Amino acid sequence: MELIKLTIDNKAIEIEKGTTILKAAKQNGINIPTLCYLELKDLKIVNKPGGCRICVVEVEGRRNLAPACVTECQPGMVIHTHSVRVINTRRTVLELILSDHPFDCLICPKNGNCELQTMAQKFGVREIPFQGVQSTYRKDFSPSIIRDIDKCIMCRRCEMMCNEFQTVGALSAINRGFESVVSTAFDQLLEKSVCTYCGQCIAVCPVGALTEADHTSKVIRAIADPTKTVIVQTAPAVRAALGEEFGYAPGTLVTGKMAAALRRLEFDYIFDTDWAADLTIWEEGHELLDRLSRHLAGDKTVKLPILTSCCPAWVKFFEHQFPEMHEIPSTAKSPQQMFGAMAKSYFVEKLGITREEMVVVSIMPCVAKKYESSRPEFAVNDNPDVDFSLTTRELAALIRQSNIDFNNLPDEDFDSPMGSSTGAGVIFGTTGGVIEAACRTAYEVFTKKPLEKIDFKELRGLDGIRSATIDFDGLPINIGIAHGLGNARKLLEEVKAGKSKFHAIEIMACPGGCINGGGQPLHHGDSEVIKARWRAIYEEDANKPLRKSHENPDIIKLYEEYLGKPLGEKAHHLLHTHYFDRRTDIVIDLEK
Amino acid sequence: MSHVKIVLKTEQVDEIKAICKAFHNDEGELINVLHKVQTFFGYLPAEVQEVIAHELRMSVAKVFGVVTFYSFFTMKPKGRFPISVCMGTACYVRGAEKVLDEFKRHLKIKVGESTPDGKFSLSSLRCVGACGLAPVVMVGEKVYGRVSSEDVKKIVAEYND
Repeated sequence: MELIKLTIDNKAIEIEKGTTILKAAKQNGINIPTLCYLELKDLKIVNKPGGCRICVVEVEGRRNLAPACVTECQPGMVIHTHSVRVINTRRTVLELILSDHPFDCLICPKNGNCELQTMAQKFGVREIPFQGVQSTYRKDFSPSIIRDIDKCIMCRRCEMMCNEFQTVGALSAINRGFESVVSTAFDQLLEKSVCTYCGQCIAVCPVGALTEADHTSKVIRAIADPTKTVIVQTAPAVRAALGEEFGYAPGTLVTGKMAAALRRLEFDYIFDTDWAADLTIWEEGHELLDRLSRHLAGDKTVKLPILTSCCPAWVKFFEHQFPEMHEIPSTAKSPQQMFGAMAKSYFVEKLGITREEMVVVSIMPCVAKKYESSRPEFAVNDNPDVDFSLTTRELAALIRQSNIDFNNLPDEDFDSPMGSSTGAGVIFGTTGGVIEAACRTAYEVFTKKPLEKIDFKELRGLDGIRSATIDFDGLPINIGIAHGLGNARKLLEEVKAGKSKFHAIEIMACPGGCINGGGQPLHHGDSEVIKARWRAIYEEDANKPLRKSHENPDIIKLYEEYLGKPLGEKAHHLLHTHYFDRRTDIVIDLEK
Repeated sequence: MSHVKIVLKTEQVDEIKAICKAFHNDEGELINVLHKVQTFFGYLPAEVQEVIAHELRMSVAKVFGVVTFYSFFTMKPKGRFPISVCMGTACYVRGAEKVLDEFKRHLKIKVGESTPDGKFSLSSLRCVGACGLAPVVMVGEKVYGRVSSEDVKKIVAEYND
């Protein structure tokens, strides 16, 4: 490590060669403001186009101001981060950005959570000296994501996430100069693009240009309707992040308060998606064992590896990009959809009502779940299994609107019979969790021996691609894990080329898994937030009395009373699905 | 954006693929590929961009981003008689804008568009090196000098079948 000496704001410092001015300043307690810059170190996500120019600093002897995020420190540099020239320039840059930005902050979905707004407040901007035309662009409503490009500041974070990290390629900057916007191929609606609705564009958008489709008012109306029984399910990752919306430190588990808040919101039954995650393991785990044992018996028609299918963005990704591999993913529905299917069959029968009289609401860390619940195959006679899917952020808004003092709520439990879960259901919320849950069950079912160690530490971590070999009592099972769709693509290319050594692969679309989903409280570029949620998920798992899905008594009862056996006829009908080829085909036909 | 839904013939797709291959299907050669394909095809409709994106293994959105960035690339077919009005400094100060406006009015199209019968298209360009003749208009390869807006009707009429 080579150290160089320089001066920042009259302070002599030593810094590792190759460090940017921005980072050198930060390490020395100087926070240079940024807008387009984004770095999530532990997840290998970087955006520094050096475009917004908010981070400029004065370097003595240099004619122009230097953008701190992309300029490396040089020996002997004398840097001023708040000289008169710097402050005036920064303010002008900010005023120019604001001069082409709508002033409807009061009614913007990002009001109070917007990096541009925070910047304007920090700089004390009171008037905009630049008057001129403002760019206008149509609003784009998709089932999950709303694009309001008038608010875009061209930081290109979404474009970086969509192309470089996720390799989805739905978004790109188009046109030139004042006309330039971030849009889709041929400027089509997002719905007609290869977008997977992973929502990572929303997760990194500093302003209100990208937000989720808001369904809170529909849920409020459903709850108020006396003819409807409204039930709610909450995904594992929500409990590890919801607290952040109410001032708790990242990683604070608020499971009990969340259940209490949902009861105060007057949902009729408070249930848990973790219950459905346990159910998913029964089906997906048995599917893995079924494929595996047929493979071991020499059946050449069996497809391995098996890929998890819980993540709707991942499902849409392979439907667009690898449709020829539609037989490889597990046919098991996601926990959200398993819950919906069971609620509107098993549970409506128990209550003696029709499926039309029930409304199923899900609280998800995800915006793709909105799209998933709207897929036509997850409805019966146009009545969807899951009626409304809200994000963690929308739930927080609902709690605030309903005058609930979240922080002073007691801890309460979920209701029966779809509210109990094991630790295996909880860890679905993070990368590696689904496959660890599957291993806990598959091991015991396959070997007929109890696990000595429940924790599969070798499957945990935040590296983008991970692998481990699990010893199934003498039979080595190779497990692959990818999170982030760019990483998933690498594993899929291997499978496609017939070079994959894995028996099973877990894929989650978002970096870190659901804990960092597009519907979670915004991390504003701080990867410590994501790591804290990650630790919280395993903490919740460790605290559970039962930690293996096949030990969930309510699921055991569900099979006895209703479903029969895993992969049985009824289970197949209600809990499994199929996939579609969503390639936008190039039309090759005769001209005109 | 509406675009004419065109359908590519197999041999056209093969030609695009051959051009991509000549540039080693390298994403970094996108601009050169687009250049060649436009020379071959006359323009770059959506369907052509999809083939290029597929061959260069990049997203269609990115290809579209580059096509819309450079004014040289066009997604609309040129007319049989492409009309270009020079808007370089010399032509501009001698009234090229009025001439361009007259073409727009007369042909009922905007810059970058073609007449519905595909006969004329209109574009503006910067300096053809004949400043002494300003303002200059080109129709195909033919150059017209000292054009006034009154001449527009007469020039268009020359191309009546």
